[in-house]
Amino acid sequence: MIRVELAKLFRRPRTYVIAGLLCALPFTVAVFLATTRIPPPPGQGGAFLSAVLSNGALYPAAAMALVMPVFLPVSVAVLAGDAVAGEAATGTLRYLLIRPVGRTRLLVAKLVALIAFVLFAIAAVLITSLVTGLTMFGGEPSAGVALPADVTSLSGVTISPAGLVMRLLATVAYIVVSMLGVAAIALFLSTVTDSALGAAMGALAVLVTSQVLVTLDAATAIRPYLPTRYWLAWIDFFRDPVLWRDIERGIGIQLVFLVVLLGAAWANFMTRDVSD
Amino acid sequence: MITTRDLTKRYGRLAAVDGVGLEVREGDRYGLLGPNGSGKTTLVRMLLGLVFATRGEIEVLGRPVPRRVKEVLPEIGALVEGPGAYPHLSGRTNLRLFDAAGPGGARRDRDRRIGEALERVGLAGIDRRPVRAYSLGMRQRLGLAAALLRKPRLLVLDEPTNGLDPRGIREVRDLLTELNAAGATVFLSSHLLGEIEAFCTRVGVMDRGRLVLQDELAALRGPTGRVVLGTPDPDQVVGLLDGRVEQRDGGRLTVRHDDPAALNAELIAAGVRVTEFAPERRSLEQVVLEATTTSSDRVAAKEDQ
Repeated sequence: MIRVELAKLFRRPRTYVIAGLLCALPFTVAVFLATTRIPPPPGQGGAFLSAVLSNGALYPAAAMALVMPVFLPVSVAVLAGDAVAGEAATGTLRYLLIRPVGRTRLLVAKLVALIAFVLFAIAAVLITSLVTGLTMFGGEPSAGVALPADVTSLSGVTISPAGLVMRLLATVAYIVVSMLGVAAIALFLSTVTDSALGAAMGALAVLVTSQVLVTLDAATAIRPYLPTRYWLAWIDFFRDPVLWRDIERGIGIQLVFLVVLLGAAWANFMTRDVSD
Repeated sequence: MITTRDLTKRYGRLAAVDGVGLEVREGDRYGLLGPNGSGKTTLVRMLLGLVFATRGEIEVLGRPVPRRVKEVLPEIGALVEGPGAYPHLSGRTNLRLFDAAGPGGARRDRDRRIGEALERVGLAGIDRRPVRAYSLGMRQRLGLAAALLRKPRLLVLDEPTNGLDPRGIREVRDLLTELNAAGATVFLSSHLLGEIEAFCTRVGVMDRGRLVLQDELAALRGPTGRVVLGTPDPDQVVGLLDGRVEQRDGGRLTVRHDDPAALNAELIAAGVRVTEFAPERRSLEQVVLEATTTSSDRVAAKEDQ
């Protein structure tokens, strides 16, 4: 069943359209930066953006910081919202279930396909942004990368190319876990409603609310428990030494969301009447 | 093959299926008739474990459903409320994905089985066009092909001829007859009387969630005790069978008579020329209309109720 879900994912043109759009955003930003050479003032704009002007090899990290807060979660929410509700809408859910595909297996396969999508999208963004960064800003990745001052507390720390790759891989892993949290919200809603759009909207409503509350001082009390609070904590991988506190908390929060919401999705789907 | 006892499904206060005791036997061609909204589809979904019953028991192929539905589903081919397919993929790819999704479909002979199923439903020549571009009839045939992939012992078909033209309906009927002759039990639901009358040997009639009638078609369509005869000499017949002619329409007479053979002998003995002679049987339509109350998609004004 997992193989079938992967085949469905990668045979669908929309997978490539979404990945293409995700790649287009960092590319557009790079074009503006490279032509104007105006870096965002320190402390504003996307992370790493001023640093990439001097070293294009850091651009994949900047690209992650660009797609992470909005674009990537939106696409994950759309796909995860479509996972069960979309099958119900095309009338294929009932035919899968009477094939028979167990309901648990179906949910697991959907989740695996979502992870595959996130990995595919991130890989596409990393590769295109690395090429973009090196060609537009130049840079010699083999010489090592100086960590930017606006990110690290110490300026001028240089990490080796191997170190950069390790940190990028850790970043990818962290982002996948964060996106699984998003997927769990949308997947749960997808088992509740027969409208793929409704499920995606519901998940996005949760995320937007969370983003607003994160910046609201009055909501300080609940801030550590918001799903989006630690989304950008992976930037700490680019500090030297790596600052683990937020990363650990972020993973903890996402795992709690994942377990609770997937459990709810499973319980709901197992007992639900499929009468689309 | 299928037995249900007191099967009930409630949605809030509304009982979509109410105390149904279905009995489909091996080798049957069972037709479930009922107006739209009488609970046929909900019943079919419960048999397949898609919808969970509020009360009652279901046994399919000797095993309880939904508890052991996984064991019986591989032996069932089903079409539930219209075909379902991924619109951006070709028909063949759709079948391949569905076959790969469940257990039991060996990969080696998958393409051969898909080819056979497509051939059976008359889609052998489909190309790589996506299902999006298919006509309703082609989608229906594709759905049937999906149901036939695993050579099922039991076919559960909900409105199988929906969207087909008269020739297509005939082809599907012939196909089902062929499969039934080869040993498959066919359970189909329809709101089309003609379809059931032409194919089925056993009939169940649903009305507002209840199974109001279940019997052999031949028994339901029992003789009415009247004989329809055609003759060029109607006056002579009326004179001969004084008072027993109930209807007269030109040369066609409807005569009340318990023994058609005796009536025939009587007519011939009297020298009446007979061009047509048949004991009258109740039509399935009459049977169904007597058993059901009102069309459930009719929304009557309050005073009428």
